[in-house]
Amino acid sequence: MTQFSLLTLAREAWTGHRRWPVLWRDPHPKPAYSVVIIGGGGHGLATAYYLAKEHGIADVAVLERGWIGGGNTGRNTTIVRSNYLWDESAAIYEHSLKLWEGLSRELNFNVMLSQRGVLNLAHDTGDVREGRRRVEANRLNGIDAEWLEPAELSRFCPILDVSPAARYPVLGATLQRRGGTARHDAVAWGYARAADRRGVDIVQNCEVTGFFIEGGRVRGVETSRGRIAADKVAIVAAGHNSVLCRMAGVRLPLQSHPLQALVSEPVKPILDCVVMSNAVHVYVSQSDRGELVMGAGIDAFASYAQRGSFHIIERELAACLELFPIFGRLRMMRSWGGIVDISPDASPIIGPLPVEGLFLNGGWGTGGFKATPGSGHVFAHTIARGAPHPLAAPFALERFRSGALIDEHGAAAVAH
Amino acid sequence: MLLIPCPWCGPRDEVEFAYGGEAHIARPADPDALDDAAWAEYLFMRANPKGTMRERWMHAAGCRRWFNLLRNTATHRIVAAYKIAEPPPADTE
Repeated sequence: MTQFSLLTLAREAWTGHRRWPVLWRDPHPKPAYSVVIIGGGGHGLATAYYLAKEHGIADVAVLERGWIGGGNTGRNTTIVRSNYLWDESAAIYEHSLKLWEGLSRELNFNVMLSQRGVLNLAHDTGDVREGRRRVEANRLNGIDAEWLEPAELSRFCPILDVSPAARYPVLGATLQRRGGTARHDAVAWGYARAADRRGVDIVQNCEVTGFFIEGGRVRGVETSRGRIAADKVAIVAAGHNSVLCRMAGVRLPLQSHPLQALVSEPVKPILDCVVMSNAVHVYVSQSDRGELVMGAGIDAFASYAQRGSFHIIERELAACLELFPIFGRLRMMRSWGGIVDISPDASPIIGPLPVEGLFLNGGWGTGGFKATPGSGHVFAHTIARGAPHPLAAPFALERFRSGALIDEHGAAAVAH
Repeated sequence: MLLIPCPWCGPRDEVEFAYGGEAHIARPADPDALDDAAWAEYLFMRANPKGTMRERWMHAAGCRRWFNLLRNTATHRIVAAYKIAEPPPADTE
């Protein structure tokens, strides 16, 4: 496997970029593995990587129905931050952000992490109180957070309309300077390449159609490419978690919804931070290609169709123009949808399921991308040890029985 | 964008409606008899089917009445709408 470096780049440029090696193998699935991971998105691939690296379990297959990173990993708005309100969330998202900060070096793959700062705007006194409270909560948890008054905000992001005459005047904002964006495809590809290098089989075009369960213990999975035995099976399938768990006889507190995003035509650099607004509800950043990348809330109805309704993005653009009148003449280029699995408290579900040897990492809903490295890291620990990682423990499925919910609806700095 | 056939008002645009999630979840007859697992099942656990789903909608910008819809979550095709007290029609897909 080629180690990427400036020297490799120069050598490949010299030969016309025709000899770059493939990044991962395309193996036929073996009849049995120690661990089978269902879902080749960022979270599943990261789990495989950390299983091999941290726990010495390389006899792992990642089964992906389509192509890796083709689901929500390739459909999100690439925002990375850790400024969550509650201690449990702050701990796991900050764990993730710390891993992000060393990820390009760790994977020898440029994930293009750009810590350009994430603003969460406040538009009324309720928002201001919530924002200031969250800043203090973040600081107590060792997470960088600042409160910006409108004048400071205007200096930080000059194109934002902070005039008192605005329909929804901006009264201030929280700022996490370590937040920003990362390249979504690169995260999947980087983890895939690094996991493959350690012996993990990444099997694409392989759909799981059933589970083999004997005496309350999982023995393997039935797939479109034949039966695969496994000691442990991990479900990391985002919007399809409920469908898979139902095959194993497990009911989940999840509802699948479309979440839409869209990009504008590319323009010259105009927005050098991430701006999120809960109240008028849009989040915007500018990609390295110059496109403005935007997202908002989910479509209200349940769906697996990877598309939503037009009035959702119409509202989203109205919110965008409210904040940035300067974008009035931009044309939108593409829009798409992903299927997100929303849990009742907007927090993920990580841990063992009632079937022995079966694990779930899901319920990330609208905010899973930022958690990719941390999610994979704690989930690999949970699978390898058969007991939850300390950061994952509060996120067990059991909390819906005990009532110890981690209610990040509204508290997570963006509505869902 | 869905065109939803309200049983009272006829077909109307989706923006007129509010969504109410999975239908036919009956409130426990004897709440005092429920243990934590049964409460979790009632409050949180959902079928979340890929395919035909029975779901509640409310015509918020119209008659303001709740009704049920039989809709395919994979294709968005609406199979039938029926009133709250009526039994769900057979899935004709």
